[in-house]
Amino acid sequence: MSLKELWHKLGSPRWFYQMSSPWVTAFGFAAALLLVIGVIWGLVYAPQDYQQGNSFRIMYVHVPAAMVAQSVYIGMGVAGFVLFVWRMKLADVAIAACLPFGVMLTTLALFTGGVWGRPTWGTWWEWDGRTVSTLVLLFLFIGIYALREAIVDVELRGRASALLAMVGTINIPVIKYSVEWWNTLHQPASFTISEKPTMPPEMWLPLLVMVLGIYCYAAHNIMSRMRIEILQRESRTQWVRNLFVVDKVSGT
Amino acid sequence: MFAPLFARELRVLLRNRGAVFNPMAFMFLAVMLFAVGSPLTDNSRAQFGGAILWIIVLLTNMLSLDSLFRRDYDNGVLEQVISTAAVPFVAVLSRMLVQWIGTGLLMTLLAPLLCLFLGLPNQAIPITMLALLLGTPALSLLGAVGAAITVGFSRGGILLGLLVLPMFLPVLIFGASAISQAVAGEGSSAPLYWLAFISMLALTIGPFATTAGLRISLQMQ
Repeated sequence: MSLKELWHKLGSPRWFYQMSSPWVTAFGFAAALLLVIGVIWGLVYAPQDYQQGNSFRIMYVHVPAAMVAQSVYIGMGVAGFVLFVWRMKLADVAIAACLPFGVMLTTLALFTGGVWGRPTWGTWWEWDGRTVSTLVLLFLFIGIYALREAIVDVELRGRASALLAMVGTINIPVIKYSVEWWNTLHQPASFTISEKPTMPPEMWLPLLVMVLGIYCYAAHNIMSRMRIEILQRESRTQWVRNLFVVDKVSGT
Repeated sequence: MFAPLFARELRVLLRNRGAVFNPMAFMFLAVMLFAVGSPLTDNSRAQFGGAILWIIVLLTNMLSLDSLFRRDYDNGVLEQVISTAAVPFVAVLSRMLVQWIGTGLLMTLLAPLLCLFLGLPNQAIPITMLALLLGTPALSLLGAVGAAITVGFSRGGILLGLLVLPMFLPVLIFGASAISQAVAGEGSSAPLYWLAFISMLALTIGPFATTAGLRISLQMQ
C-alpha cells in the first residue's frame, strides 16, 4: 500500500478501527515486555551511581515519562495541523486521546522528579528550569482540556483545540529554552541525539529499554482511547451496530 | 486597505476611553498592592522590581485582551469584517495593533512612573522602556489568539488566562532579566534581542492564528 493510499484511508474512522486492532495488541505486548525487562534491569542489575547511590534509579521512570510527555504534545500539534489543513476527523479523535494520557505522563514526570529531588537536591520542589518547562507543559495540556470542555459543537471543538495545539507546539521550544537558560540546577539531558551518553552503557541501556517501552505503551494507550472514542462517535452508524449485534449472536 | 481599517479602530479606541483607562488604573492599583503588601527595601527593589513590573504588565494585558473582540463580536461587526474584507488578516492585524497602542505602547510611555513607584533606580528607566517596547507586542499578538478562541463564551476570562499566561512566560523571563541586569549596571542587550525575537515570532504566527480562531468563534454564534 502506497503512502498516499494510506493517507486517504486514514480519513475513514471505520478503517482505522479495523486496522488498529492487531497494532494495539502488538504495542501492548511490546510495552509489557520492554517495561518488565527495563524495570528489572534498571532497578536490580544496573550499577549504583557513585554519587547518588540507589536514588538515581528513579531516572528509569522519570526520564521516559518526561520525554514521552513532550512527544505526546508535539504529536498533538501535528494532529492539529492535519485536522486544520485536511479536516481529517481522525485527527480530532487523536487529540482527544492524547490529552488525558499527556496529563498523566506530565504529572508522573513531575512527581518522580520530586521524589528524585528530595535526596539529591534536598527539596521536593525547586523552581528549576526543566521543572518549570514540564509544569508549563502540564498547563498547556490543561488549557486545551479546559477549552474542549467549554465547546459543545464537535467540529468546532476539534478545530479550536487543533489551533491551540499548533500554536502551543510552535511555542514549546521558545518556552523550553528560555526557562532552561533562565535557571537550571538540573543535570543535563540523559539522552541527546547528537552526543554519546555520558553514562556507562550498563546504566543507559536499561534507560533506553524503558524509553522504548513507554513509547510503546503510549502508542497502545492512545490507540485504545482512539478506538473507544471512534465507537462512541460512530455509535449510530450501521457498522458499529453490526459489530455488537454479531457479537451477541455468536455469543449466545 | 490597512489605513481606513486602522483609522476606524483608532477612532473606536479613542471614543471608548474606558477600554484604555481602566487597564491603566488597574495597573497602578496592582503596583500599589504590591508596594503595600511587601514593603520593598533598597536591596529587594533591585532584585524583584523588574519581575513585579512585568507580572503586573502581563496581568493588565491579559485583562484588556478579554474585551479585544467582544464588542465587535456581539454587535456583528466582526462577522462583517471577516466575511467582507478582501484580506481578513489585515483587518485583524489592525485591530491588534490598536490594542497594542492602547496597552503596550501606553505602558512603555508610563514606564518612568512605574519605575518610580516600584523604586527602580533612574538608570534602569531607558532599558525598562525599551524592554516594554520590544516585549509587549508579543503579549498582544499571542494573547489575541486566546482572545479570539474564547470570545464565543459568555465568561471566557479565566479560560483566557489559562490559555495565554503559559505563552507569556518567555517574555516575563527576558523582560525581568533585562531590567535586573540594567539595575545591576550590566549591559542587557542579550535579553532585549530575545524580546525582539519573541515579538517577531509572535508577529509571524499571531495574526494568522487569530484570524483562524475568530472564524471558529463566529461559527459558534
